[in-house]
Amino acid sequence: MANSDSSKQKKGLVAIDGAMALIVLLVVVQIWLLSAALESFLAGHAETALPAAIFSGLLFLSCVALTLFASGIDRDSRGQ
Amino acid sequence: MSLLRSPSEEPLWKDEFSVFTSDERYVTRRQFTKFLTLASLGMFVGNLWILARSYFAKSPAFPSSVIADVNEIPVGGVKLFSYPTPADRCILVRTSEDGFNAFSQKCTHLSCAVYYERETNQLACPCHHGYFSAKDGSVLQGPPPRPLPRILLERQGQELVAIGVKVG
Repeated sequence: MANSDSSKQKKGLVAIDGAMALIVLLVVVQIWLLSAALESFLAGHAETALPAAIFSGLLFLSCVALTLFASGIDRDSRGQ
Repeated sequence: MSLLRSPSEEPLWKDEFSVFTSDERYVTRRQFTKFLTLASLGMFVGNLWILARSYFAKSPAFPSSVIADVNEIPVGGVKLFSYPTPADRCILVRTSEDGFNAFSQKCTHLSCAVYYERETNQLACPCHHGYFSAKDGSVLQGPPPRPLPRILLERQGQELVAIGVKVG
């Protein structure tokens, strides 16, 4: 029983680490997107602002979903 | 609790200020994930701010201003002037008999003042060796990320008049 709990916790930890790594990746993409949009705006090209904002919003929603996913797994693995 | 402490025990101040540095610095995965999500929200807000600025920014109205007389600048010569405000330094270059080009003098990299190199017909930034074309202000070499803003000119008789600024 204890062994099964430990295995479940280990799997949960791996899933949380994976979700965290993915969030880091998404945030890095967002940083690049923000700098590119700012550079483009300063160069007088306003047309890139809308797609950049939409894509950034999607990335943010993905981050929220991954955070909720990680919290859910965390709760499950602790048996709460 | 005894009033007398043996020398091997932790010092008294550690009991009284019971803050454990390692515990204080410990960040759980859950906290770190939340922090990253907040950072992501920050990036999204930044993008929304750029979007709002690009949609609601009014296009500025530029005044007409006489900046030079055609005869006062020889071919290959330059004249420095300010446009549209006294703080905006610009450079006017006469590249040929009828070729007048004016640009903002601020380098788009770190805002150093650019100068004209007659031999190469380029505008050079001395700070980080950025080079711009004296024909259209485009970046030829170096770290500048964008072309120099161009000052729109109109020739009225013997006078050159600045009528606007074209960015990008």
